[in-house]
Amino acid sequence: MLSSERYSIFSVLAEALRGQTGWKPAWRKATPKPSYDIVIVGGGGHGLATAYYLAKRYGNANVAVVEKGWIGSGNVGRNTTIVRSNYLLPGNIPFYETSMKLWEGLEQDLNYNAMVSQRGVLNLYHSDGQRDAYARRGNAMRLHGIDAELLDHNAVRAMYPWLNYDNARFPIKGGLLQRRGGTVRHDAVAWGYARGADRLGVDIIENAEVTGFRIENGKIAGLETTRGFIGANKVGLAVAGNSSRVAALAGMTLPIESHVLQAFVSEGIKPFIDGVVTFGAGHFYISQSDKGGLVFGGDIDGYNSYAQRGNLPVVEDVLEGGMALMPRIGRVRLLRSWGGIMDMSMDGSPIIDRTPIDGLYFNGGWCYGGFKATPASGLCFAHLLARGEPHEVAKAYRLDRFRTGHMIDEKGMGNQPNLH
Amino acid sequence: MTQFQSFRVASLGLVDRTKPLDFTFDGVPYTGFAGDTLASALLANGVHLVGRSFKYHRPRGILTAGSEEPNALVELRSGARREANTRATVAELYEGLEAKSQNRFPSLSLDLLSINGLLSPVFSAGFYYKTFMWPASFWEKLYEPIIRRAAGLGRAANEPDPDTYDKANAFCDVLVIGSGPAGLMAALSAARAGAKVILVEESFAFGGRLLSDARTIDGKSGVEWVSSVVAELASLPNVRLMTRTTIFGAYDTGTFGAVERVADHVAVPAAGEPRQRLWHIVAKRTVIAQGSTERPIIFGNNDRPGIMLASAVRTYINRFGVAPGKTAVVFSNNDEAASTIDDLVRAGIEVSALVDTRPVLPPEIKAKARKHGIRVFEGAAVADATGGQRVTGARIAAAYGASHNVTCDLIAVSGGFNPNLQVTTHLGGRPQWLESLSAFVPGTLPKGMTVAGTANGSLSLAACLREGAEAGAAAATPNGLETVVSAIPAVDDELTEVSAFWHVEGAKHKAFVDQQNDVTAADVRLAEREGFRSVEHLKRYTTLGMATDQGKTSNVNGLAMMAELTKKSIPATGTTTARPPYTPVSLGVLAGEHREKHFKPTRLTPSHAWAKERGAVFIEAGMWLRAQYFPKPGEADWLTTVNREVKTIRSGVGVCDVSTLGKIEVHGTDAGKFLDRVYINMMSTLGVGKARYGMMLREDGIAMDDGTAARFAEDRYFITTTTANAIKVLQHLELCRQWYWPDLDVQLFPVSDQWAQYSVAGPRARDLLAKIVDAPFDISNEAFPYMAAAEISALGGIKARIYRLSFSGELAYEIAVPARHGDLLMRKLMSEGEAFGAIPYGTEALGVMRIEKGHVGGSELNGTTTAADLGLGKMASTKKDYIGRVLSQRPGLIDGARPRLIGFKPVDKSARLRGGAHFIGKDAQPTAENDQGYMTSVAYSPMLGHWVGLGLLARGDSRIGEIVTAVDPVRGETTLVEVVSAAFYDAEGARLRV
Amino acid sequence: MRITCPYCGERGNDEFSYLGDASVVRPDPASPNASEAFYDFAYERRNVAGPMQELWYHAAGCHAWLVVTRDTRTHEIFEVKSAQDVALERQKSAGAAQ
Repeated sequence: MLSSERYSIFSVLAEALRGQTGWKPAWRKATPKPSYDIVIVGGGGHGLATAYYLAKRYGNANVAVVEKGWIGSGNVGRNTTIVRSNYLLPGNIPFYETSMKLWEGLEQDLNYNAMVSQRGVLNLYHSDGQRDAYARRGNAMRLHGIDAELLDHNAVRAMYPWLNYDNARFPIKGGLLQRRGGTVRHDAVAWGYARGADRLGVDIIENAEVTGFRIENGKIAGLETTRGFIGANKVGLAVAGNSSRVAALAGMTLPIESHVLQAFVSEGIKPFIDGVVTFGAGHFYISQSDKGGLVFGGDIDGYNSYAQRGNLPVVEDVLEGGMALMPRIGRVRLLRSWGGIMDMSMDGSPIIDRTPIDGLYFNGGWCYGGFKATPASGLCFAHLLARGEPHEVAKAYRLDRFRTGHMIDEKGMGNQPNLH
Repeated sequence: MTQFQSFRVASLGLVDRTKPLDFTFDGVPYTGFAGDTLASALLANGVHLVGRSFKYHRPRGILTAGSEEPNALVELRSGARREANTRATVAELYEGLEAKSQNRFPSLSLDLLSINGLLSPVFSAGFYYKTFMWPASFWEKLYEPIIRRAAGLGRAANEPDPDTYDKANAFCDVLVIGSGPAGLMAALSAARAGAKVILVEESFAFGGRLLSDARTIDGKSGVEWVSSVVAELASLPNVRLMTRTTIFGAYDTGTFGAVERVADHVAVPAAGEPRQRLWHIVAKRTVIAQGSTERPIIFGNNDRPGIMLASAVRTYINRFGVAPGKTAVVFSNNDEAASTIDDLVRAGIEVSALVDTRPVLPPEIKAKARKHGIRVFEGAAVADATGGQRVTGARIAAAYGASHNVTCDLIAVSGGFNPNLQVTTHLGGRPQWLESLSAFVPGTLPKGMTVAGTANGSLSLAACLREGAEAGAAAATPNGLETVVSAIPAVDDELTEVSAFWHVEGAKHKAFVDQQNDVTAADVRLAEREGFRSVEHLKRYTTLGMATDQGKTSNVNGLAMMAELTKKSIPATGTTTARPPYTPVSLGVLAGEHREKHFKPTRLTPSHAWAKERGAVFIEAGMWLRAQYFPKPGEADWLTTVNREVKTIRSGVGVCDVSTLGKIEVHGTDAGKFLDRVYINMMSTLGVGKARYGMMLREDGIAMDDGTAARFAEDRYFITTTTANAIKVLQHLELCRQWYWPDLDVQLFPVSDQWAQYSVAGPRARDLLAKIVDAPFDISNEAFPYMAAAEISALGGIKARIYRLSFSGELAYEIAVPARHGDLLMRKLMSEGEAFGAIPYGTEALGVMRIEKGHVGGSELNGTTTAADLGLGKMASTKKDYIGRVLSQRPGLIDGARPRLIGFKPVDKSARLRGGAHFIGKDAQPTAENDQGYMTSVAYSPMLGHWVGLGLLARGDSRIGEIVTAVDPVRGETTLVEVVSAAFYDAEGARLRV
Repeated sequence: MRITCPYCGERGNDEFSYLGDASVVRPDPASPNASEAFYDFAYERRNVAGPMQELWYHAAGCHAWLVVTRDTRTHEIFEVKSAQDVALERQKSAGAAQ
């Protein structure tokens, strides 16, 4: 009998003939062992990817992922699914390009179709100054060997002939295009990494909330959870919007604020938006999913929040941008909105580093850009946990960079997280 | 040929039979009546097949009579007004309505893609995660395009939405959502108590279930009772009644988002009328009375057209006077639905069976059935329906394993009721499971919110009326005052027992949990097998509840199935919370008027009208529209014009509107001290009648803004900010004043809009201004030297200010008058200037001249540069503290290897420079390792005859004379450039002091 | 979300702009450990999950900075004060303590 353990068209056809009865759970419902070599706190995309790469690339499967709810319940399941590596600063570019390359091989690596779809990310510009800023960015990407094209008005118009060109408050003058950018089916990323890690022996422990850390002589010894104490030589935190709350259990403060970002999806309609488009004169970006929903978002609400929901002003601000750019969507309907809690760092860039507590490692500060980083974040955090030193492409993501003045500030907004 | 409404029941319904309306569906003409929905009108004409399902393209009909409809979705209207996925069950009929079915090819009755149904063993939940992986490159090229072709249901319009949208605000003491018996009583009680009340109803008529169920209240028909209550409410000045309005979301502090469908019930909005209006309703307290949604039971072929919720059957009969079939089977697990046999009989519909899952039905119901000669099956279920494009029969699995086939063209199904508690969960409230109702009811509620009636799990009409009256009275008098509850009207008792029953075992055909997304019972079983057992995993893996109906008829059923499979209780398996919107709302209404050209306000400068007359080309600069350049007839392009403008200014005189600068009055005895703390340089030492250039840092030590400060008295300064940072700087200074140093005697007055300000630049500037300023003001170099400032009068008595400042590097002034005189001043400057060949100039020439002088602009003040990076480090005072000083000393910010601002000129003088190009060593490879900085600003210098640039280059200030390469791969250019001083023109500054 | 400005009354949060934690005090730049103190002030965040004192600015109103006590988990607002009053109060009590 053909094994359904490996996913393929053959296993799908074979299962079709026997009523789908041969499939196994995508991951075991593990119960915690007394101790592990490494425990990852947070069963989101980053935590699961970290566990996967620890087992797959660093040969350490004596690993548990503890998750307070169900895996993928945080931002990996509530984002707008965009992947890209169109960054500006040398501290960021190699990292996000590493992520992009991992996305490009993800399905084969995981044997799970997360629908990595490289249909292009187009950032529109509306002034000469913005054009030059995008040229600077595109050139930085090209110097790093990454694809980037600066399009003029006519080239944008050829790609998206139905945008508002002739009645615009801020006319479209062109755009920066990364063709390799695109979207990925977000939930599938969590499930794919979970399944991959599980098959390599990692324990994924759901419904286990961390309630404290056991620290002995300045070194981590394990963690208290709602499912009991779990011993660990090393603990890695990958809890995004809850970073400060969990770090506080270990007596730390972080250069992070938690903010709410809303996202939106429309009713399913026949696809007409191929790639990702971002408006350069307002807070609006959009793509269309393989189910037909318009998936879009804008700015964060702007105030500290742990509530996973926002308020109307930002909803209206986002749609004003939408109707400025593409007034044909006026009669399409909003189907769902939701909020995710962003771990906004003080310069808009992430942190992957040791902490002052021996054996306790931190991964966070992803702002609203954590999804695209998932594979590289997992890889680099696994590297740090396994080797005790930063991965080559994540060297700049130090916890002490604000103290030393080595900020990685893509937007130039300084130490005000709600402006990043 | 117009179809006859052969399913209209003569004696029933609230539609206006004197107003027939013509409409078409898929091009076929029909008629209905005013008061119909598209769904009721289609049913009146015997049309049940209205759509195709998402995945398997199964024929689908009309399941409900409300906004929870999963199946009857149509494209309404056409052209630029085309609306995809419109629920026929809520679309009001209007004359000429045009609707089309969706997601079918080539036609609704012959849909070739229904072949997908045969492939359903392959197309199980999540199958796409398991395949389409090989080879990787085929995803974008082959697999995904096929999937995307099948995606979505209807089509968006191809053109901009031609209708307009409006926004409005409303405030009240008590917001009542829903106008059924509970809502009406709540509104009445609250209104009689004197509270300011807003009553919101989703439908076009008040009354809720009282329009659908034949009930008697206070001896009147339910409909008459509704009319009397609405009449009283309408007569009260403290009540606002809103129909066709949906509360789509609850937000913080009592804010609710609502959409009023002003003109969706007509073909085209009346002139000046919006299509829809977005309301922000701010309510002190809220009564949720949104009723409940009936849920179907999962059985084989339960999606066939002609299978309808029992409550919908009653609605079509009683409210719309339509018989949704000729021969019906009622399939229920509760008294209310079982009682539908009364309505069916009244409408002349034959009832071939009452099938109830309960082993023993109440004697009252059995007696009724007996009276009408209806066969009753207790402890039984409809296991499968037969038929294709319309149900033709039911296979009844009766007690003790017997099976009966009955013929029917209508199955009225009911699996119980889910209170409409969505809005109670928008702010984080958690529902709780009520075992006696087999449903979730509102649990924790946000402050100020109460729930009444069916929405609260109280099914009987008497309970709805009572709870509504009590909730309304309590909401009107919240502070423990004695509440006066309106008299509760008298009603008959009814039976309200519900038993739990979710899905029928042993169905031979596909049994649908989520009809729109084609999620079957088998899919739920597969999800359980693969470990997707959390309710959120179930939803995400199978797409259950993710369709346009938001799972209103499917979520609880799916959850109950998963609970059975995992042998857990339903509340232990999960719960059903919702997020806005309650029902889908158009994107256009959320934007309102702020779209296209009106996306943001347009700020016009005081000289705008004049500049327009003069033929200026305008450019968006933030919210401002500024003159960019002033072309003369015959000039070939913008560069020709700008070159002429620069040359004319540098040899004669030009005038530029700089009113967009931020302007702030800083008053008080501590004004100087205050400015010392916010600028890096000293301002307290500035003499009265003098101006000084200044720079501010952010607290993190990065340059924030530059501008000038002028002092008009010991305790009176006037400062300017850049156009871009006008608001940000004011906010920052207010923070410093109010929060950091509240004890300082200093006041800030933003006066950006109060002053029209013009730069008058060029060797003839003084000659021109001499004609403008009033005597006895002496404008000579001796009396009014470089960096002087004065309060004067101009143009014969107009209050004015004059500053001898120069951005251009020429002899230059800025002159300001109250904004209302700005137009006059510009016209005067130009008329008096004719003698000197004065020209107006715009932002382009301004930019060229500042680059020629090496002044920093927005591209250099980019939020990552320090004062030292910009070559302005020496300005920083060492004698005092200022915002940003401490953190500007961090190692990373004082590193000598940081990029420094410096000038660049092309080695080949004919070469063009490009902003955004990166610098690499002269012979270096274009790689990241060799990246040394980038070009921030470029301009063609008409004075030098070649392009000049400013840029940030690693250690740039120590590399003058070096040749580097400017690479611009995105524009395919590589240019050798020489590192030079940024002061390209008149480096000594001789021209501005003359 | 609505904030009751002590000067202007209750207004929607779109009239306000947000800065952050109002419980941190700008350090004395002359203190010997000023650089560490300013680092803490500018970058370290308690990021409270619960009632938090925050600075809001009534940008589209009276330009007052406000200290708003708000629960970051529920967005419930408990108190709004003029930031200048709070700051003066703080100075007064600091003076009294010395």
